[in-house]
Amino acid sequence: MRSLEELKRIKEEVQKEMAVREDTGAPQITVHMGTCGIANGAREVLNAVMAELRTRNLINIHVTQTGCPGLCHQEPLITVTFPGKTPYIYGKVNPEKVKKLISQHIVNGQPVTEWLVNLSK
Amino acid sequence: MDLYRSHVLVCSGTGCTSSDSRLIMQDLNKELAARGLDKEIKIVETGCFGFCNLGPIMVVYPEGTFYCQVKPADVKEIVEENFLKGRPVERLLYRDVDHDVKTKEFEDIEFFKHQKRVALANCGFINPEKIEEYIARDGYFALAEVLTEMTPEQVIDIIKKSGLRGRGGGGFPTGQKWEFAHNSPGDKKYVVCNADEGDPGAFMDRSVLEGDPHSVLEAMAIAGYAIGSDQGYIYVRAEYPIAVQRLQTAISQARNFGLLGKNIFGTNFSFDIDIRLGAGAFVCGEETALLASIEGKRGEPRPRPPYPAVSGLWGKPTIINNVETLANVPKIIRNGWEWFASIGTEKSKGTKVFALAGKINNTGLIEVSMGTTLRTIVYDIGGGIPNGKKFKAAQTGGPSGGCIPADLIDIEIDYDNLLAIGSMMGSGGLIIMDEDTCMVDIARFFLEFTQDESCGKCPPCRIGTKRMLEILEKIIAGKGTLEDLDNLETLATTIKNASLCGLGQTAPNPVLSTLKYFRHEYEAHIVDKRCPAGVCQALLTYFIDAEKCRGCGLCARNCPVEAISGKVKEPYVIDSAKCIKCGACLEKCKFGAVVKK
Repeated sequence: MRSLEELKRIKEEVQKEMAVREDTGAPQITVHMGTCGIANGAREVLNAVMAELRTRNLINIHVTQTGCPGLCHQEPLITVTFPGKTPYIYGKVNPEKVKKLISQHIVNGQPVTEWLVNLSK
Repeated sequence: MDLYRSHVLVCSGTGCTSSDSRLIMQDLNKELAARGLDKEIKIVETGCFGFCNLGPIMVVYPEGTFYCQVKPADVKEIVEENFLKGRPVERLLYRDVDHDVKTKEFEDIEFFKHQKRVALANCGFINPEKIEEYIARDGYFALAEVLTEMTPEQVIDIIKKSGLRGRGGGGFPTGQKWEFAHNSPGDKKYVVCNADEGDPGAFMDRSVLEGDPHSVLEAMAIAGYAIGSDQGYIYVRAEYPIAVQRLQTAISQARNFGLLGKNIFGTNFSFDIDIRLGAGAFVCGEETALLASIEGKRGEPRPRPPYPAVSGLWGKPTIINNVETLANVPKIIRNGWEWFASIGTEKSKGTKVFALAGKINNTGLIEVSMGTTLRTIVYDIGGGIPNGKKFKAAQTGGPSGGCIPADLIDIEIDYDNLLAIGSMMGSGGLIIMDEDTCMVDIARFFLEFTQDESCGKCPPCRIGTKRMLEILEKIIAGKGTLEDLDNLETLATTIKNASLCGLGQTAPNPVLSTLKYFRHEYEAHIVDKRCPAGVCQALLTYFIDAEKCRGCGLCARNCPVEAISGKVKEPYVIDSAKCIKCGACLEKCKFGAVVKK
């Protein structure tokens, strides 16, 4: 170790990897993975979410899974939650849609309204 | 860098390792790979979480789901449910005994809620075998700051102002110790880490070494800079194989990163650390005996002065600090002495780690602010006494300490309060006793330990503790006299005053403090020939309650010495002259008719 800068560089690099363990108030992407979800391709959606986050080097996003919320006809579903805000549920998600969801909603904070599940329908 | 959506932390401290946590990790690895989840979910091996009675512990992030008593057979279900379907495995969640509530996230568990983690901050959070994870948690930044921005005098000043005192037992101010060594002239000086933890039931230092070894290495380098030393030794017992292996890994990683070795951070400061294994003698925790052992001599203490700060290892100025003391140092440098001094009581700053053991629901490793009451530790963190029994006393300081009786349960635990009631902080063993514990027997147990561990160099300790033990054994056998109590006190005072080192000077403490608070129990043994707690075999009699006895004869058939006689369907009788007090009848009786008193 020659300098403080070198130490800082290592710290920042590894902190990204460890962010998942910290309670940082990170936005959360929840993939619904009940039997219906998995049958409709939720696993591919989850893989696409991870791939997109890696590509964009987005580190402070928590990706979790949950079960079926009862909207089986809309599967695969994902829920995007910013801490303290209303969750947004997207239906019939596919790996292609994931890219736009991440860039528009996670990065720019603008929900993709046309893909939201409209519960009043 | 690899991004994982989830980290599974599996405890690999000694406790959890001995209940198969290694196997769990292997199975988890296989199962995740089989399901194609190995690129999504990362297994992290960590140090001790402290909740040892519920081990093996597993924590899943980002949710923070806390699983306890996980078995290798549970791995498949965890992977299928938690990782594939995103549902926590309910039956493995922590369950609050009193409230029957399942708690999902570990911050909500009572055991953790009342703790303050400074020395243990990284234990159970980072992988101790990855220096990078320590660095990510600000590791080695204190060393960088010290080497590039401070003079040795400034470092000593910060440690002095913080109020940090030695966590190994004595409670000597750490900054002052460093200052003595700094001021001692010498071309060569040494920093020694005392990891010879020997109290029965204590494992604070082991857990720090296993869970966060780099914090100790960093602190030793800081101490080296402060006193002008370029060589450190960690004296650790060979009975701690996991700790030793993690230390070896940590030292070689630190060397590879240039955080140990020559010209650290491009400065003129060089420092290296080596490990010296101890064979497990209790006396080698005493600093002069420890130094002798490092030098390859028999581990025996020598008179002080000269203190090691003046003439220590190979006659050179040496500081000896305990593991937990050192673990606090980098945090004090990073957060400032004001921060550290704001925690704790007037004369005892910071936190203390305790190994909670004995008759308590939650056994394990805890860290609390100095000044936390014993009540909080026993009832809030410890979850109270099992089986609805009454709290009787707590032993602090292990075989060198004393007991705190139930009526002092609201005592705020710090160095001075414990000394005032005749106990001592010690290194942090905390043994809880309930109404079924005989205090005479406890005093005998600890004295037997110190007597056995006495190195034999000085007569007060070698002969005195032996004589005390004989008297205690006599009392337990029901052959004691009241005069014996006076003799015990005289012997105890003499041994305390005349012994060469800390071992002898503190060995009589358990006897003195039980005599002080539980003299009536000693008297019951001597005068009434009775053991109030029902522990001392020689003073017990077994008899059959004629009203409860149904005359089934099961006791008589199981008695190995045919001491029980009677007719079927009539009450049986125990012949106390023949009875060997083995308790077989009590165990077998289905009607609770056999009584011991």
